[in-house]
Amino acid sequence: MIVRDIQTILKATVLHANEDLLDSEVHTACGSDMMSDVLAFVKDQSVLLTGLVNPQVVRTAEMMDMVCIVFVRGKNPDPTIVELAKERGIALLSTPYRMFTACGLLYENGLKGGCTI
Amino acid sequence: MPQTIHFQYTVPGDDFTRAGEASSSVKKALKKIGINPEVIRKVAIAMYEGEINMVIHAGGGSIDVDITPDEVRMVLVDHGPGIANIDLAMQEGWSTAPDDVRSLGFGAGMGLPNMKKCSDDMTVESVVGQGTTVRMTVLCH
Repeated sequence: MIVRDIQTILKATVLHANEDLLDSEVHTACGSDMMSDVLAFVKDQSVLLTGLVNPQVVRTAEMMDMVCIVFVRGKNPDPTIVELAKERGIALLSTPYRMFTACGLLYENGLKGGCTI
Repeated sequence: MPQTIHFQYTVPGDDFTRAGEASSSVKKALKKIGINPEVIRKVAIAMYEGEINMVIHAGGGSIDVDITPDEVRMVLVDHGPGIANIDLAMQEGWSTAPDDVRSLGFGAGMGLPNMKKCSDDMTVESVVGQGTTVRMTVLCH
């Protein structure tokens, strides 16, 4: 799947992404509002779905080498957050779906969690 | 690459939105030098967790980073309240962070354990009422 597919599946608004980012391949994702847990448990996931809106969401994604952040429940970050994502080359999307549904739709379409238990 | 590259940062304690700037800058420098991406990620996560801790708990502090061909050494110093029981603080899920910090997405009690996990070596020295020093080393090979 590429970032553009996520946009289509989640009926998402693109807050920031250039063509290269929209064409980026993504294989796994995680959903969390707790950045502490993302930093501690996530490995090699390239998409972060979250309902949390602050600059540390972008910072966390940056440290984890993620390529795309999807804000769920129609949340819109302020311009400073969009600017930070631009500087860091991270795509920002906003979907009207809630967390569970957004994750479910992406999973159904082939995006995996990337973790084994 | 010269033998050692040194970076020094002051982490402001009153601006949560700026937390992570130092880690971001080190991550960029390591990328430029061409360090292994897995090593970069370990350094970035360990330092970022430490930086967030400084802002949340200690009113900021300073970070010194030395990059050598063999390892990345980080020393994080703050003059915050200190950690009364380091063993307890190292346990996953144990946190003294107030609710307003949790609403920002942090304070799950994963910070110090995650820093240890990402480092090849970590020591924590702390004196209650005086502050905390965390030393972390990540090997490059």
